[in-house]
Amino acid sequence: MAATATSTNQVVDAVIGAGGSGGRSGNGFRKNGGGHGDGDDFHYSPARYRVGIWVAIASIVMLFTALTSAYIVRMASSNDWTPLEMPKVLWLSTTVILISSVTIEISKRSLKRARDSQYGLWLALTAVLGVVFVGSQYAAWRNLARQGVYVATNPHSSFFYLFTAVHGLHVLGGLLALAYLLLRTRKKRDSVEGELRRIGAAEAAAVYWHFLDGLWICLFLLLFFWK
Amino acid sequence: MGRILAIAIWVITILSLWMFLSHRWWFPEAISEHGPSVDRQFMITIIVCGIAFAAAQIGLGWAVWKYRDSADKQRATYSHGNNRLEVLWTVVTAIVFISLAVMGQRVWASLHLHAAPAGSYQLEVTAQQFAWNVRYPGKNNVFGKTDVQYIDDATNPVGLVDTDANGKDDVVSPTLVVPVNRPVELILKSKDVTHSFWVPQLRFKQDLVPGMAIHVHFTATKVGKYELACAELCGMNHFKMKSYMLVLPQSDFDALMQLAPADFGTKKNQLLDSYQLPQY
Amino acid sequence: MAEAATHGEVHRHPAPTSFIRKYIFSIDHKIIGIQYILLALTSVIIGMIMSVLMRINLSWPGTHIKILETLFPQGAPGGVMSGEFYLSLVTMHGTMMVFFVLTTAPQGGFGNYFLPIQIGADDMAFPFLNMMSFWVTFVGFIVLVLAIFAEGNATVGGWFTSLGASWAGGSGTVGPIGGWTGYPPLSALGKVAGPGQGAGVNLWIISIAIFCVGSLLGALNFITTLLNMRTRGMSLMRMPLTCWAWFTTAILALLSFPVLLGGGILLLLDRIAGTSFFIPGGLYVSGAPVPLHTGGSPLLWQHLFWFFGHPEVYIAILPGMGATSHILSTFARKPIFGYRAMVFAIFAIGMLGFFVWGHHMFMSGMSPYSAVAFSILTLSIGVPSAIKTFNWLGTLWGARIRFTTPMLFALGFVSLFVAGGITGLVLGQTSLDFFFHDTYFVTAHFHLVMGVASIFGMFAATYFWFPKMFGRMMHEGMGKLHFWVTFLGVYAIFIPFHAMGMLGMPRRYSNFGEYEFLKNAHGLVLFVTIAAIVTVIVQLLFYFNFIWSIFKGKKAPNDNPWEATTLEWTIPSPPPHDNFAGIVPTVYRGPYEFSVPGAPNDYIMQTEPEGAAVQAGLGDTSGNGGNGHKH
Repeated sequence: MAATATSTNQVVDAVIGAGGSGGRSGNGFRKNGGGHGDGDDFHYSPARYRVGIWVAIASIVMLFTALTSAYIVRMASSNDWTPLEMPKVLWLSTTVILISSVTIEISKRSLKRARDSQYGLWLALTAVLGVVFVGSQYAAWRNLARQGVYVATNPHSSFFYLFTAVHGLHVLGGLLALAYLLLRTRKKRDSVEGELRRIGAAEAAAVYWHFLDGLWICLFLLLFFWK
Repeated sequence: MGRILAIAIWVITILSLWMFLSHRWWFPEAISEHGPSVDRQFMITIIVCGIAFAAAQIGLGWAVWKYRDSADKQRATYSHGNNRLEVLWTVVTAIVFISLAVMGQRVWASLHLHAAPAGSYQLEVTAQQFAWNVRYPGKNNVFGKTDVQYIDDATNPVGLVDTDANGKDDVVSPTLVVPVNRPVELILKSKDVTHSFWVPQLRFKQDLVPGMAIHVHFTATKVGKYELACAELCGMNHFKMKSYMLVLPQSDFDALMQLAPADFGTKKNQLLDSYQLPQY
Repeated sequence: MAEAATHGEVHRHPAPTSFIRKYIFSIDHKIIGIQYILLALTSVIIGMIMSVLMRINLSWPGTHIKILETLFPQGAPGGVMSGEFYLSLVTMHGTMMVFFVLTTAPQGGFGNYFLPIQIGADDMAFPFLNMMSFWVTFVGFIVLVLAIFAEGNATVGGWFTSLGASWAGGSGTVGPIGGWTGYPPLSALGKVAGPGQGAGVNLWIISIAIFCVGSLLGALNFITTLLNMRTRGMSLMRMPLTCWAWFTTAILALLSFPVLLGGGILLLLDRIAGTSFFIPGGLYVSGAPVPLHTGGSPLLWQHLFWFFGHPEVYIAILPGMGATSHILSTFARKPIFGYRAMVFAIFAIGMLGFFVWGHHMFMSGMSPYSAVAFSILTLSIGVPSAIKTFNWLGTLWGARIRFTTPMLFALGFVSLFVAGGITGLVLGQTSLDFFFHDTYFVTAHFHLVMGVASIFGMFAATYFWFPKMFGRMMHEGMGKLHFWVTFLGVYAIFIPFHAMGMLGMPRRYSNFGEYEFLKNAHGLVLFVTIAAIVTVIVQLLFYFNFIWSIFKGKKAPNDNPWEATTLEWTIPSPPPHDNFAGIVPTVYRGPYEFSVPGAPNDYIMQTEPEGAAVQAGLGDTSGNGGNGHKH
């Protein structure tokens, strides 16, 4: 199955092209005229994972919006707000996660150009950076604990631990997704549809990862530049 | 089946309307200045509700009576709707509902968007599990300082600070005593969890939230004794967190407020006993 | 379930063979739907038992109930319910019903089963996640049941006490006692604030948090499936209104449950980690100051909770509205009146539902200016609800109504929704809420809409889709009897609640005997209790009918016994594993083409191609859905 980059794209175009115009429905005047591709099969539509991940991101955004509004209200609600000094290791966190966004983007584009080994390599690199990120978060926690700052020490520290924990959990979820993708790189492409699914999954993972990156930046700014 | 359903719906409608129209279970008498406005607004609203309720149920009943299927092989009217009707009933409904909404803000505004009138008599109410503590400022008309470290549920429920001279004449009592026809401002606090101040005859309630001091004002217009209940779940004895509000003629009220803390309770109890609860 | 292997069945995954794969850990949306329905049927029994116990306590305080003495010796000593026992019933009744009944069956149950089929898909977008959504929800249910035992039993409670003071259990109640709304500081302070505030509350929070995750997984699936997997010709404006309802409900769930999850995390931290998100300083509880907490805001919880809580009630009712529209049209043999307006109304209710949460908080001490804004927005939501009611009546005008059991329940829905919804006009006004907040008037309102109308939607859906799910009909006679007693019964229970509210009767009181102003309520209280007991007992008939009919019900005469038009009625009953046996359906017309003049039957399936039998140019000029040509 030495499919070349060109032929994969041709297949992808064929499937997307046929499905997007609404197929053979007589009244398909909009893209939403439903419609699968040609033939009598239930084809996988590439948009599925993309729609799914954006929907999931919407709900995660709501979670962090709720916590952020709690942060803002709590900041204003009394006079016991003593903002923490930022543990320096968080600069490492920020750098690492930014770089990991770049690496996952390279990995995704490699896959779309059917450069499997590059895809796997950059994916693994992203995962390693993800682990480093989580490690740096843990280091920040240890740093604060050494200073005697724990989750209930003051409201700002509460939010620090809370935000980093919830974000970190989502990063761990992302790492699981990366691990899953890495395992699947071993599987040779066995069908056009299988390959499309792989690309779809990798794209979704990349979107999710970029989201976590952006979210980290927001939290970082919120915790240490709006306090 | 259609006819029986229609009759059932109509009977339910009539019984429901009767339950309201008969006034058999109705508000207790309003005894605050803003009370009659609340009652008026309620009457307007419930009449609108009653008309809408009756019209919809009668319409539903009529439809299931008249349009039940029968053996004559006729088909239903094929119609996807009527845009003009949609617009019409949407606009009418919107006008009625928004008007009610706007009208329904007036009494709220008078109580919450305007400060208590000048010359209001200020009282502090501190709720706790499961009692009310009303603090009167005493002869000097100034509230003394309080602190949680001084609280003793038996002897000093609001935690008056003994070094503050202003608090020496403060009276703390479970009973809320107010003068008739004089604006009263309550400062509402809580020691532990959220409670809610509820005297049905006053036609308002207000939560007492720990960490907050919430102001609310009213003017009682009828002398008498009324029950005070808690209207926010506060624990296992929420249902018997009971006290009384006593509305006194101005002279009796003034005399009571002049008393020293040690004498307040006895006189207040005498007054309480001399009044009856309303007839229900 | 003879699979249609002869049709060249092609599915993303092969049909399962082992019992566990087929019925337990199934990724088939149909099985998952039934699992949700069974979970709801179990939860509602628990909820109903709790409500009957509450009614008995209110009507005949001091009644000895032997079994309570055995099960809950501390909470109900001598078999007599204590005040805290009653409050734990209030809490768990609300939690069980709102989450595990009204947020499971309508959406996760019927939605899971029928959304993919009605849009012509072979399954949900993410079948594995779909299975996870059910099992996560189920774990949440188990944790909630555990909350009952952790509080109810000193031994089990003792296991938790070793985890710390805030985990102390064994108060003898049936769980936490903060109400389903769990306001702090009461819910945050722990056992020091009273019995039932220990392990039960922690487990309650954890159960709800788990439930949030399960719900979100479900919402993800619904939205992606609907956007991505509609079949040929199934444009958005040709979808049955059930699909629109499930779609909107999923969006509401997606955006509101995370906020509840956030609030729950903060509350749990306040309880077990010593934080002060919701607990202010200066508290004095049960004889001692509380030095540990300072600076928190009890109102913050209320905002977070109700930002979720209000969309939640629309999550509970919208699927019922969708089912009602669908079933009314089917048995009236008429297109739904104003399809476009109905879609608009569903969406408007859903979206506006995010901006009115403050009407639960008028008396809370929040800004009175925001209260005014919330009040006006709240009454605006009445407008799309009214549109739907008018359109239901419009659907019946000129109809040929067939009074089957599902139709009776759908008609009942309309009646009950009007009865319950109309008092929203009273409660939504700030000036009137002065009197009615936290009284039985509120309880009347939300029970009529959520506890009754919504349930009627579910009953209607059950009787309607039972033949499709199981290939047999439910017994019609039993169904009609069930309808009649329940319809009259629920009115008998909840209309008097308004009268109790008029007297000023507060909510969540375990006993009304302390206050003179409530003495005229006793007759009402008794009347309601009798009605409640009768109504609850007759539900046994429904359970019997449901279970018996699965095995012994009259076989459905064909795949479309109701002569309906939507895609689920084009496939066998029960459907094959991949729904459409490998053949992609094509949709040519809207979902409610009944009584089309000139057509051979009084219904035309959505999959029926245009043909000579139907004259051209039909479908009305108002562009409201017709056969799809016009829009």
